[in-house]
Amino acid sequence: MIQNNPVGRLIAHVILIIGILIVAFPIYYTFVASTQTLQEILRPPLSLLPGGHFWENYSAALFGGVGRIGGVGVDRLLFNTLVMALGIAIGKICISILSAYAIVFFRFPGRMVFFWLIFITLMLPVEVRILPTYKIMVDLGLIDTYTGLILPLMASATATLLFRQFFMTIPGELVEAARVDGAGPWRFFKDILLPLSKTNIAALFVILFIYGWTQYLWPLLMTNRNDMSTIVIGLRKMISFADADTEWHLVMVTCILAILPPIVVVVLMQRWFVRGLVETEK
Amino acid sequence: MANVELTNVRKVYSSSVEAVKGINIAIEDGALCVLVGPSGCGKSTLLRMIAGLESITDGTVKIDNKVVNELGPAERDIAMVFQNYALYPHMKVYDNMAYGLRNRGMPKDQIDKRVKDAAQILELTQLLERRPKELSGGQRQRVAMGRAIVRSPKVFLFDEPLSNLDAKLRGQMRVEIKNLQRQLGVTSVYVTHDQLEAMTLADILVVMNAGSVEQIGAPLDIYEKPASTFVASFIGAPPMNLVPVTADHSGLVLKDGTRIGAEGLSIPATGSLIGFRPEDLEVSAGTDTHIGGLALDLKVQGVEPVGAESYVYGTIGGERVVVRVPGRSTSNTDDQLRVIIPKQKLHLFGADGKRI
Repeated sequence: MIQNNPVGRLIAHVILIIGILIVAFPIYYTFVASTQTLQEILRPPLSLLPGGHFWENYSAALFGGVGRIGGVGVDRLLFNTLVMALGIAIGKICISILSAYAIVFFRFPGRMVFFWLIFITLMLPVEVRILPTYKIMVDLGLIDTYTGLILPLMASATATLLFRQFFMTIPGELVEAARVDGAGPWRFFKDILLPLSKTNIAALFVILFIYGWTQYLWPLLMTNRNDMSTIVIGLRKMISFADADTEWHLVMVTCILAILPPIVVVVLMQRWFVRGLVETEK
Repeated sequence: MANVELTNVRKVYSSSVEAVKGINIAIEDGALCVLVGPSGCGKSTLLRMIAGLESITDGTVKIDNKVVNELGPAERDIAMVFQNYALYPHMKVYDNMAYGLRNRGMPKDQIDKRVKDAAQILELTQLLERRPKELSGGQRQRVAMGRAIVRSPKVFLFDEPLSNLDAKLRGQMRVEIKNLQRQLGVTSVYVTHDQLEAMTLADILVVMNAGSVEQIGAPLDIYEKPASTFVASFIGAPPMNLVPVTADHSGLVLKDGTRIGAEGLSIPATGSLIGFRPEDLEVSAGTDTHIGGLALDLKVQGVEPVGAESYVYGTIGGERVVVRVPGRSTSNTDDQLRVIIPKQKLHLFGADGKRI
């Protein structure tokens, strides 16, 4: 609906701006707090303008080591989380695109059985199977390892189903044309299927990266050592029950740092992401 | 260049549906064979069996005197043009045409030459850098043809390649395909449900129905001597008129009891159908009985002027028939017309639908 009425436009803009303010203000406030000293934060009211301790706080958090999490720097937490989020996103995409490829384009005995097995796992998210999964990880000695963090979260029915749906929209004639052109299964996958799934892969990557980045329960169980923590866990550990015991300025810095990578991923892949969700290029 | 020979080819699907029931066709080197029939008659299945996209239940398919039953589509040295063109959407026109050659491991300069030559023939040179999305239907069709040409295969297979084009473009492309096929001299098999396309393109026409061949022959031979009522009503537009008759001692009787002069026709006692093309009727002014023909009374139900000619719809002995008259028709609804069918233009079919 396009309106040329200036009053209508004004009202629309006002509403949008209010909405943005409501969403953005807490983030801005966190940023403001991250540039103050601990004393300034603890002495209300907090100023609405950034303070003068930006470099000090950020370098302290990033490279100085934070006392409450055993002297590990936030840089280490960021790295851990990045490895985990990338591992989950890339691993999930690889596994699900391959299994969807098998289910859609190959006729093998038990094809539907496998499809339903994958489908059923939708009903068993990590939280439901957390104890047996934990036991397996302990038995395999994978506590405090990246493998332990990534592997159980990698198998994904959602992504498989998404790719399956997309593959099923690829016309049979295209597959046949490729066969006539002498493209074997691998060539077909590499030359035709992958390029066609580009936008879907990008969209999934964004979603899965954020999913991996914000994981809480699983890393909480899997990591004991402070230097293997993810940023969300680290953040939790940094907050003490006693207000004065918490280094709030560093907590605020960590919050801002934790938000940044997902934002970067979304901004960089936005174009692909939206296209992947809106249209399927055929 | 190669001949194609199908011997007793059958296709039975797992659900024991017999889609193709023992077909024998021999296509000479360089000929264009058109498979025509209503949808579901097995013509596409047959084509896909020649292509190797569908397994062959029984019988043999020979290309260039070599049995190819067990070979994959890429090894049969065929090229196929699909109904929806099946161009790779993410590749440029050039890459679409080059893809098959690259998969064969052909050297780059050779690929380049072949693609450029084919583009020249099909007037695609300006479009080589475009993607399929940016092309019109006719251009996509050309690219699909180009992809087939560059491979210089033994056999071209066309699966209803023109059915997605509008009527005008279809006529144009039909002529182009025919010329191209002549020019290249590649044996071709062409599937269509459009009898006009079939008539104009074919060197050999194969009319199929329910998984079997009804008739094989040159298009005009089939038109003039249809082997069955199915062929008679499928080939030609408007289709051949078919009127059931029975014979008794004194002549022929139409379904509603009207008697007509037998004029020396021998009709089996079990009854039969007389067939006549809409254009073979002569409208007679008077009520005279024509010598050497069958005189019938037509009750006009409607007239369709299409410009150069008019179609007069009506009934003869209760059966619906069409008559094609040149120019404008002066007939009106409910007129009674006397029409004459010259004897040599009359087709006779037995009760089983076969030509007598």
